[in-house]
Amino acid sequence: MLDETSTPLLFYSSPKLEERILNDQPVLQVNSITKRFPGVVANEDVSLALYPGEILALLGENGAGKSTLMNVIYGLYQPSEGEIFVKGQPVSMNSPRDAIALGIGMVHQHFQLVPVMTVAENIMLGSESVKNGLLDTRAVARRITELSERYNLAVDPYAVIEDLPVGVRQRVEIVKALYRNVDILILDEPTAVLTPQEIDGLFEVMNLLKSQGHSIIFITHKLKEVLRVADRIAVLRDGKLVGQTTPHDSTEAELAAMMVGREVILTVDKTAAHPGAAVLEIDGVAARDDLGQPALRGVSLAVHAGEIVGVAGVQGNGQTELVEVLTGLRHADGGHIRINGQELTNASPRQITDAGQMSHVPEDRHAYGMVASYDVAHNMVLNSYYRPPFARAGVINEPAIHQYATQLVAEFDVRTPSVDALAGSLSGGNQQKMVVAREFSRPLKLLVVAQPTRGIDVGSIEFIHNQIVSKRDEGVAVLVVSSELDEIMALSDRIAVMYKGEIIDIVPRSQATREGLGLLMAGVKD
Amino acid sequence: MRIFRSLLIPVLALLAALLTGAIVMLIFGDNPLKAYQGLFAGAFGDGRAWATTIRKMTPLILTGLSVAYAFKAGLLNIGASGQFIFGTVCSVAVGISMEGMPMLIHLPLAIGAGIVGGMFWGAIPGLLKVYTGAHEVIVTIMLNYVASLFAGWTVYAGGTQGQTPGPLWDPTAGAISETPDVLASAQIPWMFGPPYRVHWGVVLALLVAVLFWWLIYKSIFGFELRTVGQNIKAARYAGIAVNRTIILAMTIAGGLAGLAGAIETLGLNHKFAPEFSGAVGFDGITVALLGQTHPLGVVLAAFMFGALDGGASRMQFESGVAADIIQVIQALVLAFVAAPMIIRSIFRARWLSEAEGQATLTTGWGGN
Amino acid sequence: MEGWKGASVNQLVWKRTQLISIVVIALLLLMAILVNTTALRQQTWLRVLFGISALNFMLRASVPLILGALSGILCERSGIINIGIEGMMLAGAFGAFFFKVQTNSWPLLASLMVGVLAALLVGGLMGFLHALFSIRYRMDQIISGTVIIVLATGITSYLFDRDAVAQGKFGEIRIPLLADIPVIGNVLFNNPPITYLALILVVVLHVAIFYTRWGLRTRAVGEHPSAADTVGINVNRFRYLNTTLGGMLAGLAGGFLVLEAVGQFQEGMTAGRGFIALAAMIFGNWNPFGALAAALLFGYTQALQNELLLAGVTTIPRQFVSMLPYVVTIVAVAGFVGRVRPPAAEGKVYETEAH
Repeated sequence: MLDETSTPLLFYSSPKLEERILNDQPVLQVNSITKRFPGVVANEDVSLALYPGEILALLGENGAGKSTLMNVIYGLYQPSEGEIFVKGQPVSMNSPRDAIALGIGMVHQHFQLVPVMTVAENIMLGSESVKNGLLDTRAVARRITELSERYNLAVDPYAVIEDLPVGVRQRVEIVKALYRNVDILILDEPTAVLTPQEIDGLFEVMNLLKSQGHSIIFITHKLKEVLRVADRIAVLRDGKLVGQTTPHDSTEAELAAMMVGREVILTVDKTAAHPGAAVLEIDGVAARDDLGQPALRGVSLAVHAGEIVGVAGVQGNGQTELVEVLTGLRHADGGHIRINGQELTNASPRQITDAGQMSHVPEDRHAYGMVASYDVAHNMVLNSYYRPPFARAGVINEPAIHQYATQLVAEFDVRTPSVDALAGSLSGGNQQKMVVAREFSRPLKLLVVAQPTRGIDVGSIEFIHNQIVSKRDEGVAVLVVSSELDEIMALSDRIAVMYKGEIIDIVPRSQATREGLGLLMAGVKD
Repeated sequence: MRIFRSLLIPVLALLAALLTGAIVMLIFGDNPLKAYQGLFAGAFGDGRAWATTIRKMTPLILTGLSVAYAFKAGLLNIGASGQFIFGTVCSVAVGISMEGMPMLIHLPLAIGAGIVGGMFWGAIPGLLKVYTGAHEVIVTIMLNYVASLFAGWTVYAGGTQGQTPGPLWDPTAGAISETPDVLASAQIPWMFGPPYRVHWGVVLALLVAVLFWWLIYKSIFGFELRTVGQNIKAARYAGIAVNRTIILAMTIAGGLAGLAGAIETLGLNHKFAPEFSGAVGFDGITVALLGQTHPLGVVLAAFMFGALDGGASRMQFESGVAADIIQVIQALVLAFVAAPMIIRSIFRARWLSEAEGQATLTTGWGGN
Repeated sequence: MEGWKGASVNQLVWKRTQLISIVVIALLLLMAILVNTTALRQQTWLRVLFGISALNFMLRASVPLILGALSGILCERSGIINIGIEGMMLAGAFGAFFFKVQTNSWPLLASLMVGVLAALLVGGLMGFLHALFSIRYRMDQIISGTVIIVLATGITSYLFDRDAVAQGKFGEIRIPLLADIPVIGNVLFNNPPITYLALILVVVLHVAIFYTRWGLRTRAVGEHPSAADTVGINVNRFRYLNTTLGGMLAGLAGGFLVLEAVGQFQEGMTAGRGFIALAAMIFGNWNPFGALAAALLFGYTQALQNELLLAGVTTIPRQFVSMLPYVVTIVAVAGFVGRVRPPAAEGKVYETEAH
């Protein structure tokens, strides 16, 4: 029952919905929106309506144009073509200020909160209460308390944002939107940073908001969530609206196919692991974060040859620091790290890659994994440029680098005009494939992979997942850190859950459930 | 084509700066045409004018390379003038002592002393940046003042309250604070003697530029330096010893500025007095940016600035326009080069891509 | 970043630093009162260190540093690094001088006021230029600051008429009663107007930054511009405004040098004060009161230099004594920069998402 058409039909099988569409006026309607950027069409001829008191899920994979469309609706982008109607009136919005005035609020995927300011300061920003020329923080705090009681969103107005966990920050963002009296709320990938239990809590809030007459656009690429909470579903692919449906009328597999445009294998194909000797041994490691706060508090973990250990946890519980300590990028204050039986605690990154035969796919590929202003060729030898044949007697050998890079680009299917193209000009998926190509093409004993598929397309995700599994099958010890629980579940043979700088538990994949892991991620252990 | 494009912005920037300079002169009642005529005559009018231009160009090549070198590692070396002065003092100290030494030993020693002095002065901000996070811009500027006070002390003629004279002071100069002349065995010989007064230092400077090019673009060391400058986190990830690279970059940058000081004194001034300022060090920033931090560009930019400086006094003499206008023009060149977008809008050159030639540094005070 | 980590170590270090500076200031004050009201005055060294004249000189030397640091705070709190304070100060000084000379024939006060306005105007112009370079033309902010300095140095020497003389400068205004308090009254309440203004501005800016709508938005723009943008605040407009205001304060610092301290203009007369002010801003953790304390410290080193040379109590060559302020600045920057926390979005171009 999917309408696979480029111009969506407002046709639903559910009689109740059909009735509503005939009777209700949409609170928000976009007609034939096209948004072009230099060289890219991000949205093409998209038409969509949102009705009072409903949750509309906007489904699509990374780069499908969901965020662009929402930024158009929120006044951050001006559409190249098309019209927007709010409560029946045609509107043109030049800034979020206009959108807010029309009752549209948005919770961005990357929270728009100033870390060093308090909750109240963040919430009032742009809509300040002023008394005698000075900020009236107390009035704002009263209003916040009111809202948080009414919508069951507990926040402390005087807490400083950077001291708050991710889940609470999201509540602050929602209160920030409600503070502006919005009745249309856009939630951009709100579940990406939450534990399964926090997701349940969020869905309760969403239903509560709905029951009080708010309309919600829920942007996501997670199919299960869509089926659970949405009233209606719209699917975007390559900037176009490819269909609309309801949870009643569709299945996960159908939605996936619609989202990607072909059949998708939702699981990673892999056989049982045959773990060998321990390759990586972490013993009581402690470390601090950039601000000098304890980030790792005695982490112990072993990864064996031929197995994949996944590290799960809510973002910010020490995963980043763990990877950095392992790879020599962060100083360990205590504990030991041994690779292949060799003591490599606080060794330099080069010692670790050389002596430990370790490769590292970093969490933030732009900051660490590549030099955007270098061409693909030199990025391919970013950590082997000094070795023969790439350099001899201190002199760089350009032809050898070129030849090697050309070979890797072909082998790992990196889509680039040539190896001379700047790395920064490639798409996210191809940049990641470039990093993977570099890191996987060395003699390896240990592979440390952080957030391997963040922000990239489904095709690249499948490719990278298969590469990781095949490395395992070659006998490499693999440590995968990801905030995507689905990814951890799909890849891992054992799952370690991090909470507040410690490994709270290690569970074999066969015994792991989403709910169980979710409780561990929230620090609940039996 | 690539060379043409990378030359385009500097040339347009110079043009725009000369135009703006002319407007400034018109506003304040000077005749820009006459001024530029005098400037051109002073820079290229005859053999002596050419000699002046080359003479002025020589230290600028080296201070320009100094700034460019640090820039490759993402550091802004505003301290070239302090390093220049410190190098000068060190080379003079060697140059006025060790009588009877053959030139073959004495001259290299004196030049080497200048390099080492500059390296020492450049290493300080590098070390402070790495170990304390102090931003190199503030440290180098403070060190410029310290260097010039220190240099002033070395030639200090002594005070009325019993202060002892500085160690390099020339007692025969009486109350004047200056050093004796550098011994003949430590002087860089003339390539063209008086009245042209062009010494072999210019050849040395050009050779250093070639070495710079090889080091930056052909060696492992240069790859590491550039990687640190382009993306310091990726450099750390790639196993490059980032701290060592930063310290070394500042040290070598200091050495280049120190060499400039040595060449200028041993080749031309033959002595040091406090009024010999390190202004060429500050000009090195402009020269480096104008030359897009490429050694060939730096040499061309130094030539251009040498011509501007060389022609300035004749311009003042012939047209009555204060020579300081040259400094205004040089600042404008810097502005236009650092922001090619201004050039784009002035010349309506939409085909210049936006980011072309845009200079970027590691920003912020946190030392990362 | 997480709740389980408690208050940041940075903040704790900062609290400790604040405590130490309060104790130091209190001790200094106590010593000053003791030395200046008792027979201890006879001890040359104590007089050099704590005499009324040292304290007076400290305040006078601090004024351009205070104003310069406030200028830096204004710009950097909104996310624009301002390394060009030195140039704005110099340009402001020249502007003040130029217009003071033009109006020499006017009544002194009117002529001085014209000078102050000119300093504000010229400084503001330079600040606006810095904003224009950094925002509109996306120039690297450190380079833009350097351009401002080179430009100001060039233009002021080009336009400076070495024969011109400015007649008269601001005199002290004695505040009745308060000025009669021993020691403190003499130092704090018997000063020329720009000195009072600088001290008042510290308080005003503190309140404005932390307790007004403008301040809240400024801080948001400097810390997390897209957070400000998504609630409809025009990020770049704030940056233009603050950088221009900052330029005006730096210009006023230059005006102080000409109209209140020296009375004349000299080429390069700022002599690194802009950079020391920058160090004071960092040292003071981008807070007006912190900057005030740091500026007083740096001012004190200058006073010390002055007193040491005047008293002739040391045979150390004067060049080394003169290095004191510069060396102290390096030590301060090296010792503190890792422990302070600059506005997070500083130095980055903000591309508004609106297209």
